Amino acid sequence: MAAVASASTETRSGTGSAHEATGDDLRRLGEYPYVVVSWVDDGFPTSVATSLDADPDARVARLAAPAGMPIPDDREVSVVGSHIHPTPGGYDERRYLQLWGRVSEGVRFAPTRAWGWDEAEMPFFEYSERSVPQSRRYLTALSAEKGRTIRPRLSLFWLALRTTRLPFLSATAVPVLCIAVAASHGAFTWWTALLTLIGASFAHLAINVTNDIFDTLSGADDANPTPTQFSGGSRVAIYDLVSVRGLALLAGVLYAAAAVIGLALVAVTGSTSLLWIGVAGIALGIAYTAPPLKLVYRGLGEVAVAIGFGPIMLLGAYVVQTQRIDLEPLVLSLVPGILIALILFVNEIPDRRSDAQAGKRTLPTRFSPEAILRAYLAAGLVAFGIIFAGVFAGLLPWPALVAIAAVPILFRVEAGLRANYDSPYALMAVMGQNVNLNLIVGGLLLVAYVATIVVTRLG
Amino acid sequence: MGWLPAPVEQLLEVALVGELTVVGRNGRPITHPLIPLHHEGRIYLHSSTLFSKKLEHIKRDPRVSLAITDPIATKGNLDRATIQGTARLIEDDPHSDWERLILDLWRRKEPLIDDFLKVRVALPLFFERSVIEITPTRCLYWAGGRTDAPPVETRAPVMEAA
Repeated sequence: MAAVASASTETRSGTGSAHEATGDDLRRLGEYPYVVVSWVDDGFPTSVATSLDADPDARVARLAAPAGMPIPDDREVSVVGSHIHPTPGGYDERRYLQLWGRVSEGVRFAPTRAWGWDEAEMPFFEYSERSVPQSRRYLTALSAEKGRTIRPRLSLFWLALRTTRLPFLSATAVPVLCIAVAASHGAFTWWTALLTLIGASFAHLAINVTNDIFDTLSGADDANPTPTQFSGGSRVAIYDLVSVRGLALLAGVLYAAAAVIGLALVAVTGSTSLLWIGVAGIALGIAYTAPPLKLVYRGLGEVAVAIGFGPIMLLGAYVVQTQRIDLEPLVLSLVPGILIALILFVNEIPDRRSDAQAGKRTLPTRFSPEAILRAYLAAGLVAFGIIFAGVFAGLLPWPALVAIAAVPILFRVEAGLRANYDSPYALMAVMGQNVNLNLIVGGLLLVAYVATIVVTRLG
Repeated sequence: MGWLPAPVEQLLEVALVGELTVVGRNGRPITHPLIPLHHEGRIYLHSSTLFSKKLEHIKRDPRVSLAITDPIATKGNLDRATIQGTARLIEDDPHSDWERLILDLWRRKEPLIDDFLKVRVALPLFFERSVIEITPTRCLYWAGGRTDAPPVETRAPVMEAA
C-alpha cells in the first residue's frame, strides 16, 4: 500500500518531483490563463509571457508567437504556468507547472519533461519534509565551501522545547491525582509531592528523547513525510539541529536527574516499594523503543504506556505520600493509564505507513481502520467504566462520577478519526481533542477528590 | 540608484511573485516562482535551503532572469517585464543573514511572515535561507502586458574604467 502511494507521488505533476511529460501535464498547463516561455540566449536566460493552446491527446501545444522575440528551435525551452491567490497579508493556492521540450515551426511545443507543485495536492508541510535531504546536502556542501560547519539552529528555548517534546509533559501531571487521593486520606507533604512531579517529569522527558534516538536510528521518523505536532517525533536529529550523540547525552542527564530525585524520595520515605516502582518505570521507558525489547515496534507500546503512565506513575506518587500500596489508587490509575495509551494509539494513526516501512509494527499498522476505531472506543469506554465500577464498589468517592461528563469527547474523537483517518494534517485537531480528553478527565477526577477532601474536613 | 525604467520598478515594488529563471546543469532554463524584493537598484530574492537546487545552479552559472508577468500578483498592474542580471548568493549565515538584509522588505509585501516567524520552531529549516542578490544588466518591458508587441529594451549604463 505504502509502495503504491509512493510510486504515484512520483509521477503526479503537483508533487514537486520531475517526471516524463504526460498529456495530463499539458492539459493542466492549458488551464493557466497564460504561460511564461524561457530559453537561454547568449548565456542569459530570457522569458516572455504568452498564451498556450494545448492538445493533450497529441501531447503538443501551440504557443502564441511573442513579437520581436522568436522562440528558438535549436535548444530546449521551458514553459511555466504559475498561480497564487493574494490574501490579506500574504497569499495561498500556490501552484506551478513547468514543462521542458523543443519548439518547432516557431510555435509548436512538444514537451518531454515536467515538474511542478500544487499545494492542494501536496501540502506545504509535506513538501518541506520531503525536501529535508536537499537541505542537508546543501548545508554540507556550503560548510565545505566556507571551510566551517554551517548547521541549522534554533534558540535554546525552542530547541529544548522541541527536543524534549515538552508540551507532552501534561500527561505527567496525572500523579497529582494520586497525591490528591493520599491527601484525602490525610497524608500529604507538599515538598515530596513537588519532588515527585519533578522526578516524573525528568523521567518522561528522558523517555521522549530515548524514543527519538531509536526512531531516528531505525529510520521510522525519517520515512515519515507527514509529521505533525503530535506525531512523527521531534525530528531534531533529522533536521541536524542536534546530533544523535547529543540526544544520547541529554537522555542520560535526564535519566540521571530522575534517578537522583527518585533515590532521594526512597531515602526520605524508606519505601523499598518505591524503589522497585521507579526501577520498573525507567526499565519500561527504555524498553519502549530500545532493543532488544522494542515494545512499541511489536505492537506493545500502548500496554507499556498504560502501565507506565498509569499504575507505575500514580502508585509511585501515592507511595511517596503514604508509604503503602492500596487498591483505590491502583484502580484510579487505570483511568489515566488507558487514556494516555489512547493518545499514543491515535498519534500512531498518521504515522502508520512510515512506521510499517521502518518495521515499527504498531497496532494501526496491523489492523484495519474499522478495527482500530472500535478498539479506540472500547478502550475509552472501559476507562469510564472503571470510574463507574470504582464508585459503585465503594473504592472511589461518588463525586468521581463527574468525569463521566467527558464521554461525549470520546465519541467526538472517534468521529473525527473516522472522517480524517487518511489525512494526517486534518487529524491534528482530532489528536488535540484526544489529548484534551485525558486532561479533562484527569482534571474532573482531581476536582472530585478536592471536593471530597473539603467535604470531609467540613464534616 | 537604479537604472531600471520607473514602470518596472513599480512592478517590482508590488509583485508578490516573479519567475526566476536559472541555467541548469545541461544548459536548460529552469524557472522558480519567488517573491521579488527591490532595494536601491538591486533585486533580492531568497530561498530556503529546503528548496536550494536553484542556489546550486546559480553557483555554477550566476546569469539569471526574473520575469514579472502575473497581473493578479501585481495588484492589477498589467505591465510585464523581464530583467536579466548577475546573481550573487549571500549565505555566510543562512540562519540570520536574511533577517538582517531583507526581512523588512519581505514583511512589507507579506506581513503574515511575522506570524510564521513566531512559530519558527515548527518548521526550522524553512527559515534557514540564502539571499539571492541580482544586479540587473538588461530589461525588457511590455506596457500593458502586450507581448504581441516588441518589448522596450533598456540596458545598464556601461561603467567607465577609472
